[in-house]
Amino acid sequence: MTNTVNTNIGASNNNLVELRDVHYSVGGRAIFKGLTIAIPRGKITAIMGPSGTGKTTLLRLITGQIHATRGDVLVDGKEVSRLNQQQLYAMRQRMGMLFQNGALLTDVSVYENVAFPVREHTKLSEELIRQLVLTKLQTVGLRGAYNLMPSELSGGMARRVALARAMVRDPELLIYDEPFAGLDPISMGVVLRLIRKMNEALAVTSIVVSHDVEEIAQVADLSYILAGGQVVATGTPKELKDDKSELVRQFMNGLADGPVAFHYPAGDYHAELMS
Amino acid sequence: MLRDILQGLSQIVTNVGAMTLFFVRVIMQVPRALLRPGLIVYQVHNAGALSLVIIMTCGLFVGMVLGLQGYDLLARFGSESALGSGAALALLKELGPVITSLLFAGRAGTALASEIGLMKATDQLVAMEIMAVDPFRRVVAPRFIGGVIALPLLTMIFIAIGIFGVQLIGVQQLGVEQGTFWSQMRGSVKLHDVWEGVIKGCVFGIACSLVAVYEGYTAEPTAEGVGRATTRTVVISAVLTLILDYMITAVML
Repeated sequence: MTNTVNTNIGASNNNLVELRDVHYSVGGRAIFKGLTIAIPRGKITAIMGPSGTGKTTLLRLITGQIHATRGDVLVDGKEVSRLNQQQLYAMRQRMGMLFQNGALLTDVSVYENVAFPVREHTKLSEELIRQLVLTKLQTVGLRGAYNLMPSELSGGMARRVALARAMVRDPELLIYDEPFAGLDPISMGVVLRLIRKMNEALAVTSIVVSHDVEEIAQVADLSYILAGGQVVATGTPKELKDDKSELVRQFMNGLADGPVAFHYPAGDYHAELMS
Repeated sequence: MLRDILQGLSQIVTNVGAMTLFFVRVIMQVPRALLRPGLIVYQVHNAGALSLVIIMTCGLFVGMVLGLQGYDLLARFGSESALGSGAALALLKELGPVITSLLFAGRAGTALASEIGLMKATDQLVAMEIMAVDPFRRVVAPRFIGGVIALPLLTMIFIAIGIFGVQLIGVQQLGVEQGTFWSQMRGSVKLHDVWEGVIKGCVFGIACSLVAVYEGYTAEPTAEGVGRATTRTVVISAVLTLILDYMITAVML
């Protein structure tokens, strides 16, 4: 059932992010039990898996918001848990992250949201900031919405503004947490192309956490499927599609029956209805 | 029963410890936050200017009630002329700082706590962290400083309007002689009394702002959690104001 993880963990220079034998527990519940993942530089890596397998937790480990109970989380060869706040912030300045809900600052406009990281970390002139912000907003198709407040945006628009904000400082590593959830087909296509474009034009390393198997297959160079706190399969989207293991087939084809239970554990259905 | 009491006490001690550590963390960010005066001015506007109407209205009515009650009380002893000094001292030393602080907790404190709590619930604080921006420096410290600046100013405005209210009732309506009213006040109010009001305003400003930003920042990131944090802000601020009021009065008398 389990595929061999065929990424070269030892070759740090080729991998921007590495997780080695990571264990992580919350309140006695083990989320990761020896997770080993390598995110190659300049590639798009997809992290997939059933709900509750800790995909968002993985992103929090990589960004240093939480630390592993055991094992190493390395970003550009540096162990994240050993960085002090200054070093951690220096590392994060090279990252961009798209949150599931956008996480826009609600008290300022779209323009100011995108300008926020630039204003906080640089002393660029207002004219340059304007050019940067409008360029990024144009990329996500929302230049005309620069003056709107986040409360005036739809969910999909908010996500696109958040994407513009994540890209505005041209990061080395872009992390997308469920980038396609709730997007209409047009926006989804735009976001897909953007992920690919960022990767091709700027050699940005991308980590995409998503359930959308079909969409991910179009852009990912490498995919990991997580289940039970470990990597259960890895490979290119095509390799995963052809994978014979039951869990991978269930996940890739969206089947209700399989090793991953659709129903939360419960007693007998009929007995409960009749009782 | 005993176990519950011990548990409650341990919870209080834990909270006080956590709030103290939080306070130290905020204070450490204050110098850096002061480098961005624009953010602080914005927060003084939010916590101060936007509370002006409620503070002025309440100040006026508290002053007017003080005029009525004070006149009634003093008239029993034939000392109506002391209305100005009595009311001014009461407003400066007690009513002004305490009532302003309670109103501040209800208006600005709750706004601060719920705003920070909601920022947390909607991942805005985490997003800042990921953008390598310390939320303590960018969100917490400016709001704290804004509150600390705003409350003493609001206290002084409350007192001034309150004295106007006393004058309105005492002099204009009940007929206390204008000259006596003001000269008695000038004669009995010392600089020390003014300082007492200012110091109380500053201390309450620190306490109420700290409670508000702490409760908001540590709120559970859910609708219920933010609601609870807002309620706790008012309750803790009010209790803290009255305890601190007693302590400062005992020291300054």
